Amino acid sequence: MGTQKRNIFITSIICLGMAFTSMAQAAQEVVNIYSYRQPYLINPILEKFTAETDIKTNVTYAKDGLLERLQREGKYSPADIVLTTDISRVMTFKDKKLVQEVDSETLIANIPSQYRDPDNEWFALTIRVRNIFTSKDRITIDSITYEDLADPKLKGKICTRSGKHPYNIALVASMIAPHGIPYTKKWLMGIKENLARKPQGNDRAQLQAIQAGLCDYSLGNSYYYGNMLKDPKQKGTAESVTIQFPNQSGGDKNSGRGAHVNISGVLMAKHAPNPENAEKLMVFLSQPEAQKMYAEVNMEYPVNPAVAPSKMVGSWGDFKADKLPLTEVAKYRAEAIKLIDEVKFDL
Amino acid sequence: MYKCSANQIGIWILSLILISPIIVPIAQIFIPEGQIFEHLWQTVLPTYTLNTLIMIIGVCLLSAFFAIPSAWFMARCDIPGKKHLQWLLLLPLAMPSYVVAYIYTDLFDYAGPIQTALRNIFGWSSPNDYWFFDIRSLYGGILILSLALYPYLYLLARASFLEQSQNMVDVSRIHGCTPWSSFRRISLPLARPAIVVGLSLIAMETVADFATMNYFAINTLTTAVYDVWLGYGSLNAAAKIAAMVLLIIFVLLGIERISRRRQQQIQRSMGLDNLQKHKLKGWEKIGALSLCWFLVIFGFGLPFFILLEYAWNYWGNSWNQQFLLSTWHSLMIASIAALLTLLVAVIFGFVNRVYPGRLSRIPARISTMGYAMPGTILAVGVLIPLTVIDHCFNNVSEYFWNDHVGLILSGTIFAVIFAYVVRFSSISIGTIESSLSKLPENYDGASRTLGCPPLKMFITVHLPLIRKGCLVATLLVFIEAMKELPAVLLLRPFNFETLATTVFQYVSDEMLQYAALPAIILVLAGLIPLLIINRSLERSHS
Repeated sequence: MGTQKRNIFITSIICLGMAFTSMAQAAQEVVNIYSYRQPYLINPILEKFTAETDIKTNVTYAKDGLLERLQREGKYSPADIVLTTDISRVMTFKDKKLVQEVDSETLIANIPSQYRDPDNEWFALTIRVRNIFTSKDRITIDSITYEDLADPKLKGKICTRSGKHPYNIALVASMIAPHGIPYTKKWLMGIKENLARKPQGNDRAQLQAIQAGLCDYSLGNSYYYGNMLKDPKQKGTAESVTIQFPNQSGGDKNSGRGAHVNISGVLMAKHAPNPENAEKLMVFLSQPEAQKMYAEVNMEYPVNPAVAPSKMVGSWGDFKADKLPLTEVAKYRAEAIKLIDEVKFDL
Repeated sequence: MYKCSANQIGIWILSLILISPIIVPIAQIFIPEGQIFEHLWQTVLPTYTLNTLIMIIGVCLLSAFFAIPSAWFMARCDIPGKKHLQWLLLLPLAMPSYVVAYIYTDLFDYAGPIQTALRNIFGWSSPNDYWFFDIRSLYGGILILSLALYPYLYLLARASFLEQSQNMVDVSRIHGCTPWSSFRRISLPLARPAIVVGLSLIAMETVADFATMNYFAINTLTTAVYDVWLGYGSLNAAAKIAAMVLLIIFVLLGIERISRRRQQQIQRSMGLDNLQKHKLKGWEKIGALSLCWFLVIFGFGLPFFILLEYAWNYWGNSWNQQFLLSTWHSLMIASIAALLTLLVAVIFGFVNRVYPGRLSRIPARISTMGYAMPGTILAVGVLIPLTVIDHCFNNVSEYFWNDHVGLILSGTIFAVIFAYVVRFSSISIGTIESSLSKLPENYDGASRTLGCPPLKMFITVHLPLIRKGCLVATLLVFIEAMKELPAVLLLRPFNFETLATTVFQYVSDEMLQYAALPAIILVLAGLIPLLIINRSLERSHS
């Protein structure tokens, strides 16, 4: 069994090496971040934070599974902060009791109550609108509602990404809240009937499809559009569509209830080894300076009302956001995904 | 029967360690998960299952169509440009399939350059005006995955054709076989074990794939695993579906083994005799050349060229100082994983050879399951045993020293490497097994008669003879580990970037353009081991 001994030997060397590197890092003040957001989006902001506070930021980015990792690591987890998108995922962290309360007057002052947890366990940092995009050449309308998308007149004219993407699930949940399940199911079937192609690609790809003439309407988050306008090679595509803020006006309360919004948020891990540094980072992220960077780097709407959106985002005009509490969106999530499967939206 | 040796107990323990990340999720099948599974079964699951079966069968058939003829042309025929073609045909292996999928969707999509150009030329204005191959479909997925995966089969089949004894082919020709029927009746059956190993790797890779399927909007059982886990928030229901996937694979492999049970292979080989090359003429030559060049161009040339174009256009966004460090990380973890996986495979190979029988065979079989497990699920699975052990360490150290040591297994690159060994041991076990199976049993008899103890015999007799197989196994795992994504993404320590994770943060947002440069380095790093594999195969047969 000499080979197995060698095996053990190699592994112990690796462990030792890693133990040393982690010890070397312990000398400086740090804050450890589990991030569902891509590093290229948050790094500029984190660098600023380090420059101002001399606290080093350590990041692990993953698309899925960080929640399970935090859960399995338990009280020995090195994570201080979780950065994530989508209200449902934010709520799952809270529901699984993986996060802790943060009592900070600055955070409460910076973030409107609609966009933070009543128990102060999560805080939104940015707001993103689920817009409808229409072809500039072929569609001339003043207003549109999400409900309109199921209108048989739009047959063969709609493109969207998978119904099971968190952004679409949240939109469906926000339809269940005012309309109930039977209406929402009929609405989903209506949209499915109107699709120009099987749901595919991301929000960006739908705008390309509109430009190419495959469809006239698509669903997409506001910042995709903003980022395409910024990229010289994608600008043409973005300029071929009009950004619409749905459900802005109308006679009944539904057509004027406001556009569906979702959030990106920040939470403090329950067993955070550096809670003070973590709080400093959370506060920093809600302050005008970082909020402005969020707005400029990724074209999102700042959650802090004192900070104006970027110039480009501001040029799209003011809009009314759906007042439905975000916790309601999270509550109907399970029903929403069930409906999406029932109508076989993606098949 | 026979008594159980310490070595056999050893490999049972080893295989239990290797499948511990899989057992735990699968064991959750028995925990009730509410109505989710039933709901899915009534709605989308039948379609998903069908799609999965079509994908497996489609990819296996198309890969076989790509790989077996080209392997035979390279091994047993004379064909112009063969010297270069034989390694060019391996290159698609260096391309991560998620990158190839991205590039082809971009190219052939309705809004992509090809369809746009066609519309401009012919004045079409809507999709109703013309028919075009829909790349985002089951067929598109089968084509792209086959192009990305066929080299496994090509590599193994070519090695096997090269090792086949010329005498057998000669005998068949004397008995009046045409080259074609001698291929069909002699070469192909002799290469069957190698072909099966190749196809089973391809099948497992196909079911475990999520990134490509996701791009192509193909809903398979693996998509369902992710949907259920992340959408419905039920890891249990997800595990149930993952178990179904494993079951499909095992049934397919089982059928093959049963059909081969009564065959035993005896051939003297090792490339001792001079291989006579069949000369291809006329249509045969054109057909063979078209197939080989089609594979090289569409499996590697075109996607690589497009990557270069992306890199050129987005140079300013692509360049980043972290590259060297990411490259070093990729090379380091891939090499460690490759060596450890080889070690595991050699241990299994040794025990299987010296103590043949079911008790030795089963552990090796079950250890290969990790390959068919969807990557992120496997990564979550890896966390379970490792965190349990970590918590034990910490409890002990707190008890004795009143201080905790931290997550020394699950929080370090140990977790990443462990996940790689679990995932890729299938590749090395298969390769080593197929090399060992070609060594005649009488070598063992002779050495044992001379009083050589088993371990010494294995090290001094078998290992040198299968060193080529060892090299191939190590390098294949190395290439795969370089490309691997879900495990390293979730399990890595803070600030630990590899080439694959750098590429992914952009690909996940469908912006490969911005990550073209690291993607190119990733491909180039995979090319070097491929060229080494090729040279080693050539040297022994030149």
